[in-house]
Amino acid sequence: MSKNYRKYWPIFVLPTMAAFALGFVIPFLYGIFLSFCKFTTVTDWKWIGFQNYSRILFVNGKLDTTFLHSIWYTCIFTIITVIIINVVSFAIALALTKGIKGTNLFRTSFFLPNLIGGIVLSYVWLMIFNSVLSRYSMTIVSSEWSAFIGLVIVVSWQQIGYMMIIYIAGLQNIPGDLLEAARIDGANSRQLLRSIIIPMLRPTITVCTFLTLTNGFKLFDQNLALTGGKPGGMSELLALNIYNTMYGKTGWQGVGQAKAVIFFIMVAIIALIQNKLTTRKEVER
Amino acid sequence: MAGRNETSSVRKAKHGKALTVFFVLLSLLWISPLFIVLLNSFKRKAYIFKNPFGISNVSIFTSFERWRAGISKTFIGLTNYGNAIEKTNFFQSFGNSLFITVASVALIILCCSMCAWFIVRVKNKVTSVIYVLCLFSMIVPFQMVMFTLSKLANMLHLSNPVGIVIVYLGFGAGLAVFMFTGFVKDIPLEIEEAAMIDGCSPLQTFFSVVLPIMKPTVITVAILDAMWIWNDYLLPYLVLNINKYKTIPIAVQFLQQSHGQIDWGAMMAALVLAIVPIIIFYIAVQKYIIEGVVAGAVKG
Repeated sequence: MSKNYRKYWPIFVLPTMAAFALGFVIPFLYGIFLSFCKFTTVTDWKWIGFQNYSRILFVNGKLDTTFLHSIWYTCIFTIITVIIINVVSFAIALALTKGIKGTNLFRTSFFLPNLIGGIVLSYVWLMIFNSVLSRYSMTIVSSEWSAFIGLVIVVSWQQIGYMMIIYIAGLQNIPGDLLEAARIDGANSRQLLRSIIIPMLRPTITVCTFLTLTNGFKLFDQNLALTGGKPGGMSELLALNIYNTMYGKTGWQGVGQAKAVIFFIMVAIIALIQNKLTTRKEVER
Repeated sequence: MAGRNETSSVRKAKHGKALTVFFVLLSLLWISPLFIVLLNSFKRKAYIFKNPFGISNVSIFTSFERWRAGISKTFIGLTNYGNAIEKTNFFQSFGNSLFITVASVALIILCCSMCAWFIVRVKNKVTSVIYVLCLFSMIVPFQMVMFTLSKLANMLHLSNPVGIVIVYLGFGAGLAVFMFTGFVKDIPLEIEEAAMIDGCSPLQTFFSVVLPIMKPTVITVAILDAMWIWNDYLLPYLVLNINKYKTIPIAVQFLQQSHGQIDWGAMMAALVLAIVPIIIFYIAVQKYIIEGVVAGAVKG
């Protein structure tokens, strides 16, 4: 059977793979190559080895901490949003699976912000933040920490609904007789949560944790529209820092590309850990 | 015994009512930012920041007449909308967004479902390399390829709404092929064999037998990709010829860039114009969106 199919590859596989080569494979490989070059566009490259990578940290022999700052800022941002989003969305999901009236309507409104894109959402919140803060003659970018809190609020507001939907689906998959049996054995709702619901929900928790983790790490739109990295680049998350390095100042494209390679490696490590965790769980079951 | 059961169920009902009230308030609070934007979109620029949550700059307790005068001073009707439509070139941006999203999603579904079916059914070294590459592409952040991808797209004259569809097919292929292969693996071979024995060519088999079975995954991929492409900012910003073609997120962002400061009146109206179509779409196909998100999370 497979032999009959094989000669049809130009119809089935070629269009996707041509676009995939153009949209991913070539830009990816060429991007790695360019991170070792000095360039302003893709054709005027000159091989310079690891100089771009060293310029990330050292400019004219002096330590430049902007990239380190944005790694650190991104890590704290990611950890805090992962915790807030998962705890709140899990709590809402628990309450909304208890069969209270109007559950569907609540679910609809919690999920709504997720459909609106990061740029549009950020301007909605920028107006609210700045109109409230103007009474204290502040703006959202008065300090790197007010910007931080603003970003956390916007991103949590956006993603809680999404994770809630996934948690609700996970909760509905727990067999009802299991919960019933535990209740008959005299378990209270706290024991139920700790000994049955959370262990049964572990795959869902893993999925949601890593979704929020990568979302936080790769965040760009909200950062650009809400804070733009202000004040003075102090609220730049990694993605925006790379973007500004690449397009902000001429002569730094190579450094931006080198930062992007490092960024890719970090994201890939997170993905590999996730893969390890999920496959091990499947073997256990 | 019966009495105890009764009290506990009464308590439960009370508990449920309190929870309902709590969630009514919480969900209203949740979407209140959108209502605040709607309210402010009808206000004069100067009053948006002075008094973002109210409808008059004078308290109703000072004097009813002055409160009413304050209302008519605060609101200016649809002026902001006129400004917003003009400044963002809204209808053209909307058309661009709509065309790019619909065309890209359609192309991704068509090409990637075909590709996925083929690489599952024809097992050899090349097809397994394709599969691994697709998996790999899913973990690569856009910043890694943005410079080279946008320059390559410019060189190949793809900087227009038609060309960017091909870029989206390429960059979105990884996830779509991955999700479709997951589904194809579960389709029993017998169905296809029966079609082949009846004289169907692989193309006929695919379109009349396989594709209809794949409908749930088609919906999932369509929802996930539509949400991504409609709201995407950076890829179209870098790939498209920005002077000629803007999408809605780009047009909104340009309200700030064009003069450093933001015309908040126009911005409020533009945000409402950007959000309303999404809400209409959401209400129309809510069921599929929620199913798509769940299925996407479980597989992705």
